[in-house]
Amino acid sequence: MAQLLFFLYFAGMGLFSSVLTIGLRNPVYCTIALLSTFIHVAGLFVLLNAEFLAAIQIIIYAGAVLILYLFVLMLLNLKSTEPVVHRQLWIALFFGVVILAEILVALFKTPMLEGTTAANAVPLAMGNTEAIGLSLFNEYLLPFELVGIILLGGIIGALVLAKQPRPESSKTGGNGTHALEVPLPPSGNGQIGADVREESRSALHKVGSA
Amino acid sequence: MVPLSYYVIVSTVMFVVGLIGVLVRKNFLIILYAIELMLNAANINLVAFSRYYQSVNGQIISLFIITIAAAEAAIGLAIIIVLFRKKATTNVDEINLLKW
Repeated sequence: MAQLLFFLYFAGMGLFSSVLTIGLRNPVYCTIALLSTFIHVAGLFVLLNAEFLAAIQIIIYAGAVLILYLFVLMLLNLKSTEPVVHRQLWIALFFGVVILAEILVALFKTPMLEGTTAANAVPLAMGNTEAIGLSLFNEYLLPFELVGIILLGGIIGALVLAKQPRPESSKTGGNGTHALEVPLPPSGNGQIGADVREESRSALHKVGSA
Repeated sequence: MVPLSYYVIVSTVMFVVGLIGVLVRKNFLIILYAIELMLNAANINLVAFSRYYQSVNGQIISLFIITIAAAEAAIGLAIIIVLFRKKATTNVDEINLLKW
């Protein structure tokens, strides 16, 4: 009974904050709602006897990935005045509900096989983290190493993508396309360069929105 | 014990919420958030089945999904930074250089 109450709380709050994540106007509030979603999903993992994954969910997702998102969000200085939703809102909502109904109908037609156990069932007394570690380094050793290679590729890709295009001019202009159009004074570069950059960016934004 | 189908329903609804988010939002960053929601829904599903079949395989695949999501976040944020440097916007409607 208590388990059902906890399930209802975590599931309800998780779904509610996931709706807030895609519904709120300010991107910072969206990030906070996504954080709430992750924490409640971690609660669901605890209810499912997956304590290790719950800890990973909070440490990696809420601690690392979301903070990375928040940093980039703070860097970008987004304007929140433009309309946030697409003009295809109603079509998207309609087809989303249709897909939801389809999946639920397919779900209720399927026998759920409750109570059956897999061939390599792990006794619960063993401890969740120990079981995951043993399986990860025995059966899943090759995927584990492959995931390491994928992470390395991700690091290199992110570095190559986000590198400044002309690193030698990063002191004065350093802003990619604008540095070509606006000649910057060679001395006194700090404040003036920032002003010119800001001007050209706002002019660019005006052109883009017109 | 909470029935397995409850968890699957929660996961389905969260996945569809993420799908609608990808379709309706204009901000590139929020689209990435919606993708994270969909990955999380898949994780709930995997962990629930892992619990009810008494097998640890689902949790390990869920661990791999979390890893891939972290790599995807790093790449996606790098792309957002490059786009913002070029066009000073994160609106996906204005990023149409490859459209035709």
